Amino acid sequence: MRAKHVAEEKAEGGLVFHPLDQFIVKPIFGDGPVHWYTPTNVTLWMGLSLLAIVAIFVLGSRGRAIIPTRLQSIGELIYGFIYKMVEDVTGKDGVKYFPYIMTLFLFILFANYLALIPTSYSATSMIAVTAVLGFGVFIVVTILGFVLNGPAFLGLFWMKDAPAILRPIIAVIEVISYFVRPVSHSIRLAGNIMAGHAVIKVFAGFAALTVVSPVAILGITAIYGLEVLVAGIQAYVFTILTCVYLKDALHPAH
Amino acid sequence: MEGQLAHIGAGLAAIGSGAAAIGVGTVAGNYLAGALRNPSAAAGQTATLFIGLAFAEALGIFAFLVSLLLMFAV
Repeated sequence: MRAKHVAEEKAEGGLVFHPLDQFIVKPIFGDGPVHWYTPTNVTLWMGLSLLAIVAIFVLGSRGRAIIPTRLQSIGELIYGFIYKMVEDVTGKDGVKYFPYIMTLFLFILFANYLALIPTSYSATSMIAVTAVLGFGVFIVVTILGFVLNGPAFLGLFWMKDAPAILRPIIAVIEVISYFVRPVSHSIRLAGNIMAGHAVIKVFAGFAALTVVSPVAILGITAIYGLEVLVAGIQAYVFTILTCVYLKDALHPAH
Repeated sequence: MEGQLAHIGAGLAAIGSGAAAIGVGTVAGNYLAGALRNPSAAAGQTATLFIGLAFAEALGIFAFLVSLLLMFAV
């Protein structure tokens, strides 16, 4: 549906390509219809990010050297960074969920950074991909909250400090905001990555006009630099919000 | 006609991005103001800074999403 619409837009507009063309899901082999099992460019780039993670973190630190090699020190830096974040935000008892959070962070980070390679596909710009991650966190956190705290988990919505008249109203607002969490959690990541890549392509479209091309190329460079920053920050933000939600599940009484 | 109205709506929705910019600027500016008064406490609050930035930015992204939907899905 979207692809058809994009094709129509392309025929009408003056640009050689449409800024959102880069997000069309295509099968790698042939032009057949896309089923859930079809290998597409999305699965290709998600697989490549997994391979990159394995290459750096498993193969890079295989030697377990006391004086780390370069790859090993990259791995150690990222590991230490995330470990400290989990410990700071969720507390000591959150550390046992560290592997899950580390997995999320590494996947998002590598998918974001591989998406910055020209002509690659940005897997995290698909709401389908980020929704699985975001709703996964939501379901895990909710189940964990009820398993660990029982019905006391509902105390998360009942502010004891608020005046008694306001408490039911605040509870309604808290419930709504709790259920909006996975939506905003996933759309934030997808939207940021999609918007950034679309902006680069818009500038690239202007680069075809000779008059404005120097400005456009400068613009592409600047936005690309910003995107390098955003790719890291969004992975960080997704992980730290996961930690915050996890903290709510572990200590619902604040 | 309806398509053109959707385009106008998309442009109006993009105002939300500017509003989110104000929010992000407020968060970062207040952080900086506080950090310059008490630099020793600043390092401990970077996580809070990023959470605040993320919440402020999310609403701008929602506005962007609405305008994308109006442009390409409606």
